[in-house]
Amino acid sequence: MTALGFPLLSLLTFLPLVGVAIILTLRGEEAAVASNARWTALWTSLVIFVLSLVLWQKFDRGNPGFQFVESVAWIPQMGLTYKMGVDGISVLFVLLSTLLTPLCILASWEAITTRVRDYMIAFLVLETMMIGSFCALDFLVFYMFFEGVLIPMYLIIGIWGGPRRVYSAFKFFLYTLAGSLLMLLALLAMWNYAGSTDVSVLMHTTFPPAMQTWLFLAFFASFAVKVPMWPVHTWLPDAHVEAPTAGSVILAGVLLKMGAYGFLRFSVPMLPQAAAEFAPLVFALSVIAVIYTSLVALAQKDMKKLIAYSSVAHMGIVTIGIFTFNAQGLSGALFQMLSHGVVAGALFLCVGVVYDRIHTREIVRYGGLAKRMPSYALVFMLFTMASIGLPGTAGFAGEILVLIGSFKVNIWLAFLGGTGMILGACYALYLYRRIIFGSLTHADLKMILDLSPREILIFAPLVVLTLWMGVYPSSFTDFFDATVGAMVDHHQAALAATTKLAGVLR
Amino acid sequence: MNWTIAIPEIVLALLGMAILIFGVLRKQDSFHLCSMLTIGAFVVTAALLLGGDSGLGYHGQFQADPYALFVKLLVLAASALGIIISLDFNEHENLKRFEFPVLILYATIGMMVMASSSNLMSLYMGVELNSLAIYVLAAFARDDLRSSEAGLKYFVLGALASGLLLYGISLVYGFTGSTGFAQIASVLADPSKVSQGLVVGVVFMVCGLAFKVSAVPFHMWTPDVYEGAPTPVTAFMASAPKIAAMALFARVMTSPFGHLLAQWQSVLVLISIFSMILGAFAAMGQGNIKRLMAYSSIGHMGYLLVGLAAGTQIGLRGILVYMVSYVFTNAGMFACITGMRRGGRAVERIADLGGLSKTDPGMAAALTIFLFSMAGIPPFAGFIGKYFVFVAAVNSGLWTLAILGMAASAVSAFYYIRIIKVMYFDAAAPAFDARPASISIVAGLGAVFTTVFFIFPAGVISAAEAASKAIFG
Repeated sequence: MTALGFPLLSLLTFLPLVGVAIILTLRGEEAAVASNARWTALWTSLVIFVLSLVLWQKFDRGNPGFQFVESVAWIPQMGLTYKMGVDGISVLFVLLSTLLTPLCILASWEAITTRVRDYMIAFLVLETMMIGSFCALDFLVFYMFFEGVLIPMYLIIGIWGGPRRVYSAFKFFLYTLAGSLLMLLALLAMWNYAGSTDVSVLMHTTFPPAMQTWLFLAFFASFAVKVPMWPVHTWLPDAHVEAPTAGSVILAGVLLKMGAYGFLRFSVPMLPQAAAEFAPLVFALSVIAVIYTSLVALAQKDMKKLIAYSSVAHMGIVTIGIFTFNAQGLSGALFQMLSHGVVAGALFLCVGVVYDRIHTREIVRYGGLAKRMPSYALVFMLFTMASIGLPGTAGFAGEILVLIGSFKVNIWLAFLGGTGMILGACYALYLYRRIIFGSLTHADLKMILDLSPREILIFAPLVVLTLWMGVYPSSFTDFFDATVGAMVDHHQAALAATTKLAGVLR
Repeated sequence: MNWTIAIPEIVLALLGMAILIFGVLRKQDSFHLCSMLTIGAFVVTAALLLGGDSGLGYHGQFQADPYALFVKLLVLAASALGIIISLDFNEHENLKRFEFPVLILYATIGMMVMASSSNLMSLYMGVELNSLAIYVLAAFARDDLRSSEAGLKYFVLGALASGLLLYGISLVYGFTGSTGFAQIASVLADPSKVSQGLVVGVVFMVCGLAFKVSAVPFHMWTPDVYEGAPTPVTAFMASAPKIAAMALFARVMTSPFGHLLAQWQSVLVLISIFSMILGAFAAMGQGNIKRLMAYSSIGHMGYLLVGLAAGTQIGLRGILVYMVSYVFTNAGMFACITGMRRGGRAVERIADLGGLSKTDPGMAAALTIFLFSMAGIPPFAGFIGKYFVFVAAVNSGLWTLAILGMAASAVSAFYYIRIIKVMYFDAAAPAFDARPASISIVAGLGAVFTTVFFIFPAGVISAAEAASKAIFG
């Protein structure tokens, strides 16, 4: 039992399933069921969000270790426990998940008209899986949530997606599954070696270097697909384009973060030598991702595809930051993950707004929206600027920290990573110009309506958050400073131990 | 003589005869009544098993231990579920003859003998009693060409496999001088007694048993027989006899031939790899769901053999846990397949499931759970089973097997989620006829079990632990 007297994290994780149970009992006319399902899902997710604010309030920012820890024996024969807890790395992602879910449900309010009940169930199950994977402190429990995400997401893309939804859903599912199965093998090997899958035990187990290499590669197969890193990113544009708006928001906002979170939680602290050994490879792939996908984004004709490619580029910055192994790089990576979660999510919502009205995502079909939709233009501009990394918006702090961190490693790394930011400005501004500026030529745009109150309600928290993260990043970095510091110390101690050992052997 | 240890089997056999005589003497249709009586007999047997003694009896032919108990209870559950699945189907397809449940009952006795065998003679008796009953069941729709063909095919190939098994048994007897498991094990404890001829005998036995579990390369009969046999018979064949044969296989390999691990391990690794890979790839192109399930079951036998190939107590425990998840997932899956009926006619193409999520959301949801479970996606029961067998492979250092198994698992996910795609993403086909209660009960039970198994696996796992320790001491 936790200090609070009740298991907060399990409550957050499994409360969505209560909403699912309620929705399952709904009976009656289809329209009434749809409306009730929407409200039930919204209220469930709002209650969870409010409850998750307890984390914001009670989280001890000075403590680098795990907090709110719960532990129940699960399979004692295998030494497996159901263990939940958060530290500085994971706590904000729990909050991000609980924030984005109600916004997604609101965003789907009118966009989803068929099988509303199933949709809301899938979203609430998805929320359970997301929160669970950020809270799990046992590797197998993490794996179960991490894989469990596939089920609702497969259905969300496949049922409510666009014309090529089947292809995209399959690609998403099979890519992620193939990577994850290799991770499962690594998990089994770790269990076999350490006799436990408890994260805090594994963090303090020193695996032999040869084994670390294989384990790292197996983890890499899973997390690199999820991040996604070049060249295994190809599922992402497909999935984004075909997924419904809210699906894209969750995909960009939370699911991609799971891959990076996996690196931070498992690869780097558990396999320090292998992580250091493979850092150049990760840097190379990340730099390619940053530059190549930015160029690809520049050439896109589909709005969602453009933002999808920009996500790959932004996540490239994150992986650079993680593998610098210094405090600036790691903090920057974490901050960039959070800001990208908010900003990319918001950009997909922006696309959703016009898609709901005109039902096309082709950039050439738009232009001159500033005249008919001034508040939309304003909101879109703010998020475009945040995506570029303009100082004063959420995107800035993370990118600058990662750059500082990478300068300490290699000046070329910083230079090439920085190129991506310039290219980022190119494609983002180019997109903005083509959609918002120019003259209003298309006939169907002449009657387009500005943001509805519901849409303003969705964007308001994201706008506030984007500015808050840009103006006063400390409220967020405070959460993870202590944990990142401990992580850097842990990493350096592990590397020093190997060097010492090598010295003795020599 | 310690004859009391076989009381459950004796009672079940006597009850079977009583039901048979009752069915013959009662003039009107008594299919339903006999089915219910058979399920009642299973319940009585299970109760006797739980209260029974353990030990070795009948001159070392028969053995009651926690391992046998675990397998027998699972077999009884699988057979009972098989009978419930058959109730409505047989009614519609004019197969409602009282012999049906009785044949399942006798097959079940055969399986129980297999689980308890501690001698090559009782092993063979059990296998044959089980097989004979199932040959008849496969051809039960005697006016249907496909069913007759399935029965004949199964009989001819099964007889061949029995021949291989017997030949292997005779060689083993010749080289060790005994047919008792304990005696063979004590002879083989001395490495100098292991001759080439004995290894040939063991390989013949492996071939015979691999046929019974339908592992590659002895799987050829499976797709045809699964497709041709009446659906409830397929449902039954895919669960109870498979797990009984696998349990027997595991006992034979680890108990009398445990000292020969180095000789048979590579054979089983190969069989396992080929079964997993064939199960994954061959199922992709199938349009008939029963045929697809045949390949799927070949794949599942491959995963079970991963645990056996490890040759350790951990591996045996993995097999038992996997079997539990397999039985319930499989029963639920086949209940849904049996429930596929349109305009009074049974349909069995995958395309017939089109848009099922709109026409029958409950059945679509249940099928989705079973398919994800079979694909090994957490948190469903299939994942727990897979986890436990792969733990054993990793523990024994069988990395090639583990990696290829995972690869096959990823490939097989494709055809499982393809069925989900048909149900959820495709346009709706005409609705199926209303589900009968019996189908809903089995599907619901299977779905609930498959979904919640991960919350309370500890009980099953400790039972499996105790059962596997009974063999590895």
